[in-house]
Amino acid sequence: MKALSDIRVASLLALALLVAGGFALPDWALFLMTIGLAKALVSLGIVVQMRAGLVSFGQGLFFCIGAYVAGLMANFAGLTDIFVLTGISVLACLAIGGIFGPLLANYRGIFFAMLSLSLSMILYGILSKMNSLGGTDGLNVAAPTFAGYAPEGRALSLSLYLYTSVIVVAIGAVLRTGFDSQHGLVSLAVRSNELRVEYLGASVRRTNAINYVISAMLGGIGGVITGLAIGHVDPEYAYWTTSGEFVFVAILAGYLSIPAVFVASIILELVRSFSNLYFPNTWQMVLGVFLLVIILTLPNGLGSLFHRRREGGS
Amino acid sequence: MDLILVILVDGLIYGAWLFIVSVGLTLVFGVLGILNLAHGSLYAIGAYSTATAVGIYFAYGGDAFPLGSYAVMALAALLVAVVIAPLLERGLLRHFYHRDEVIGVLVTYGVFLILEDAIKLIWGVDPLFVYEPYDLLGMVEAGPLFYVAYDFLVIAVSAVTGFAVWYFLNRTRRGKVMLAVIHDREMSQTMGVNVDKVFLLAFGAGVFLAAFGGALTAPMISVSPGIGVNVIIVAFAVIIIGGLGSIEGAALGAVMVGISRAASVHLMPELELFIIYFVMAVVLIFRPEGIFVRTQTRKI
Repeated sequence: MKALSDIRVASLLALALLVAGGFALPDWALFLMTIGLAKALVSLGIVVQMRAGLVSFGQGLFFCIGAYVAGLMANFAGLTDIFVLTGISVLACLAIGGIFGPLLANYRGIFFAMLSLSLSMILYGILSKMNSLGGTDGLNVAAPTFAGYAPEGRALSLSLYLYTSVIVVAIGAVLRTGFDSQHGLVSLAVRSNELRVEYLGASVRRTNAINYVISAMLGGIGGVITGLAIGHVDPEYAYWTTSGEFVFVAILAGYLSIPAVFVASIILELVRSFSNLYFPNTWQMVLGVFLLVIILTLPNGLGSLFHRRREGGS
Repeated sequence: MDLILVILVDGLIYGAWLFIVSVGLTLVFGVLGILNLAHGSLYAIGAYSTATAVGIYFAYGGDAFPLGSYAVMALAALLVAVVIAPLLERGLLRHFYHRDEVIGVLVTYGVFLILEDAIKLIWGVDPLFVYEPYDLLGMVEAGPLFYVAYDFLVIAVSAVTGFAVWYFLNRTRRGKVMLAVIHDREMSQTMGVNVDKVFLLAFGAGVFLAAFGGALTAPMISVSPGIGVNVIIVAFAVIIIGGLGSIEGAALGAVMVGISRAASVHLMPELELFIIYFVMAVVLIFRPEGIFVRTQTRKI
């Protein structure tokens, strides 16, 4: 019970901090934080799978589906309510993840990585060729409304940011509980030795499929928020380099700590913004060097720095 | 009838090109166990080096003997391999041989990010053109259609490359040693094989093949930033279809993908972009480890 109240306290603190920040931050930082937090949800999906030893190089698939749900609903059904849009994209990702999850649950390591990548590239190919959905130019997305409230300008970015903060903290709390649950612990066991897990009576396939579906829904939420915040969606959301960035954040954060994922994602967005401004032609190089240094020096990611004591960095 | 012929010829040309750009990737995976995401960047570096080298060749009197530009292309690729392979393999990759395959993907993803920007720093962002080698051989009449003869040169070069790699691995001493290392690294080491040297040789060959693929492609395209990004993904599809680490598999995968893509271009153009991944997904559903691959024992 103590652990549960720990999570509650931590979540409330995090939320208070985020909300306070929202009123203090300038517009550009508010936007950057919204994008950083939303994309962190997608990376969090990869972390969920990483805990069972799988790395998906195709999380852009669900990121893109989520974003396109927002774009399509706004353009063709006139729906702009953010709660409805989030709900629909979660359902869409649940359905699609539910189909691919059990299929992909048979694959490990590099095959899982590459097969998930190919699924997202299939979506990329379809969207690029569908002129009714804007082809490679994509779609513009109308500004969201919040249960009837239709803010503009600063109020809009603040509302979106607050919405994102609440979702992010709620998901963080749920996942932390989930990581410590039976399913979460079996995932960790799958990571270290899946044959033993099978002998002990747990189903590795089922564990992997459930993790896949969870990460699909997280990807969808991240996609909706990003699509709404940017106001535009295009097939690049499903391109493999987009997925690569999510993996980058997941590796940077490691699988031990949830807050680390958000920190890593915001770091990436900061580095991206500032590098784009000051050295537009070398920012990828900076990322690459950073990634190599992390892999060489912190194999379990940033999260292992402040989480070593509890899980022993295993 | 003509349509089938056209699809076959187009498919073969594209398949030959695919084989050239993916055979190095499968070779490196087979020997080093590293799926090299930077393969596409090495391809791009090969293309850029060729564009520069051939440009210089023609600027300094190459017109007197234009066919020499083909030798220049191969030399440019060789130079790329000699410079980059030892740096990458000795400096970075060897630290990761004992780690998980996915770590190899991530490390080479980092290398990919670095190389993409390095290319922009060295060659700038404006496209380069080297059309001379492409026009040298003229046109070929194949039934009702005309093809650029260079396309057939690609098929020939691809076939020769494939044969050379096969011959090296199966008929020469060094190649057999390399096969032994693929099958059992520790045992070969015990038998006195210098595994480090074999790894460097294999990686060097992989880099050369990637760069050579780029060199061969440079005259057909405008060499611009980002050309490697797309190549890597089709190359992956090809070698995963064939089975990672299998040369024969890469050949079969290349032809399958080449013909499927040609068929879709002529019959259903809207499917062109995703037919490759579709073929790959279908093959993986029926043969989870690709078409040519040895079954592996499970680790306890």
